Amino acid sequence: MKALCWHGKKDVRCDTVPDPRIEDPRDAIVKVTSCAICGSDLHLYDGFMMGMESGDILGHEFMGEVVEVGAADHRLKVGDRVVVPFTICCGECEQCCRGNFSVCERSNRNKALADKTFGHSTAGLFGYTHLTGGYAGGQAEYVRVPYADVAPVKITSGLSDDQVLFLGDILPTGWQAAVQCDIQPTDTVAIWGAGPVGQFAVRSAVLLGAKQVIAIDRVPERLGMAQAGGATTINCEDESVVERLNELTGGKGPEKCIDAVGMEAHATQSLDSLYDRAKQAIMLETDRPHVLREMIYVCRPAGTLSVPGVYGGLIDKLPFGALMNKGLTLRTGQTHVNRWTSDLLRRIEEGQIDPAFVVTHVAALEDGPEMYKTFRDKKDGCIKVVLKP
Amino acid sequence: MSATAFTRTATRHRRTRAAARGLGWFSIGLGVAQVLMPRLVAGVTGMRGSERFVRACGVREIVTGIGILAARRPGPWMWVRVAGDAFDFAALGNARNARRPASRALLAGVAAVAALDAGCANALDRIERRGRPPARDYHDRRGLPLPPVAMRGAARKDFEMPPDMATPALLAPWPPVALRP
Repeated sequence: MKALCWHGKKDVRCDTVPDPRIEDPRDAIVKVTSCAICGSDLHLYDGFMMGMESGDILGHEFMGEVVEVGAADHRLKVGDRVVVPFTICCGECEQCCRGNFSVCERSNRNKALADKTFGHSTAGLFGYTHLTGGYAGGQAEYVRVPYADVAPVKITSGLSDDQVLFLGDILPTGWQAAVQCDIQPTDTVAIWGAGPVGQFAVRSAVLLGAKQVIAIDRVPERLGMAQAGGATTINCEDESVVERLNELTGGKGPEKCIDAVGMEAHATQSLDSLYDRAKQAIMLETDRPHVLREMIYVCRPAGTLSVPGVYGGLIDKLPFGALMNKGLTLRTGQTHVNRWTSDLLRRIEEGQIDPAFVVTHVAALEDGPEMYKTFRDKKDGCIKVVLKP
Repeated sequence: MSATAFTRTATRHRRTRAAARGLGWFSIGLGVAQVLMPRLVAGVTGMRGSERFVRACGVREIVTGIGILAARRPGPWMWVRVAGDAFDFAALGNARNARRPASRALLAGVAAVAALDAGCANALDRIERRGRPPARDYHDRRGLPLPPVAMRGAARKDFEMPPDMATPALLAPWPPVALRP
């Protein structure tokens, strides 16, 4: 089959690889009908995520049709149309029983490696680093889905792929980012990054009743789309984020802040990012936490910081004194996708939200390597790429 | 503006900013070399005995480079580079061995970089004057069935806040507000 494989920094190729097969009775094989390139795929593309190996199949946002099921999978049957969440979960461990699916205790098959790196293992993820199991991803014609009797979301209505595909990652990620803020009707929610997750965070914050939603980015197309969803926008290239946020909140700062940027804050945006980039270059730091610093600084005391943006390793010069003294609540984590999928699918079916708005580019799987570049460089107004194998 | 014209303008702007960033890094690299190896640089440029001067120029290059990379509007910093180039040109021209072929090549090099700096500074000024190109229009990409103001709080009526993600009472808004309609 064809699949997009990682071969090194900025080197993604469409290779021919062996078809996947059932390895465990709880597995299923899914024929992919749509998959997407996620912002966190760019961390792999740019070589910022450790634990990748040449030939790894990328992709953790995908959906398709079940073509084979293992003997112990009594939930799915051949022909089912499913969206597959990016977090692999067993459904039986203590964390899964609590609904903390992204920290499933069993699904990471490289648990020992993750234990050493993070202290304790988190869930296995599709198409990501070997720290999270090194499972083959969904930017391919077929995927093996482990524990397929737990996470895949069956789609029985006539919704299009573009409407439901994002249930597997970015829609619940934006939603959880807003839910973690426990938005009150008096709240201003500031969202750094108006990429796909930021876009869904904007709409989630609106639907959850925020008084004011502010989106911060430097790409005009993204700011335009955020504005369409109900956000006041700040172009961080043209104006001071801190000054403008204080202006918009009567000098008090936003109550809730969401970091939808993560480890790759624009390197020449500010002096601290420049410093981070220099440290990255000599391997003294892995991530660029400009947004975290700015959120801590500008957030109203007793406010909440929600971090759906991905960080991979070590950061430097975090103003922890401000975080502690201001009594801020910090909420983080990969998304517990299955906590939200039924609710969000219902909202899509009822027409409360139509996630297809975020798709700006559709291409064939073979064009994937080129689309990685387009997405990374934000060329041609690119916000979200969907690939059709 | 048509989509093609938009793409062309956006590409031009991106290239200008990329060129400015490149020159910023070049400035830092040159500055670091001047600060760390003033004797070598002074020797190559025919300014032996002016090591302190070379080092001061290095500091100027580093500051200018950081300014170009970190400033929200790098145009003025780019003009500082152009002024620095003129200064360097004059200093090199007055150096003791300015007539030697190697120094002539050096002067030509400085002139070329100055031309590049001036071109880039001009282009940045043009971007500033004309404003940023209009973004590709995504204003029809609402994703919501009604305008956002009408959708505000639409999910609250049937959303149950998970207790593990709720704000502790002590951090809740004051005076208390109706949390759920």
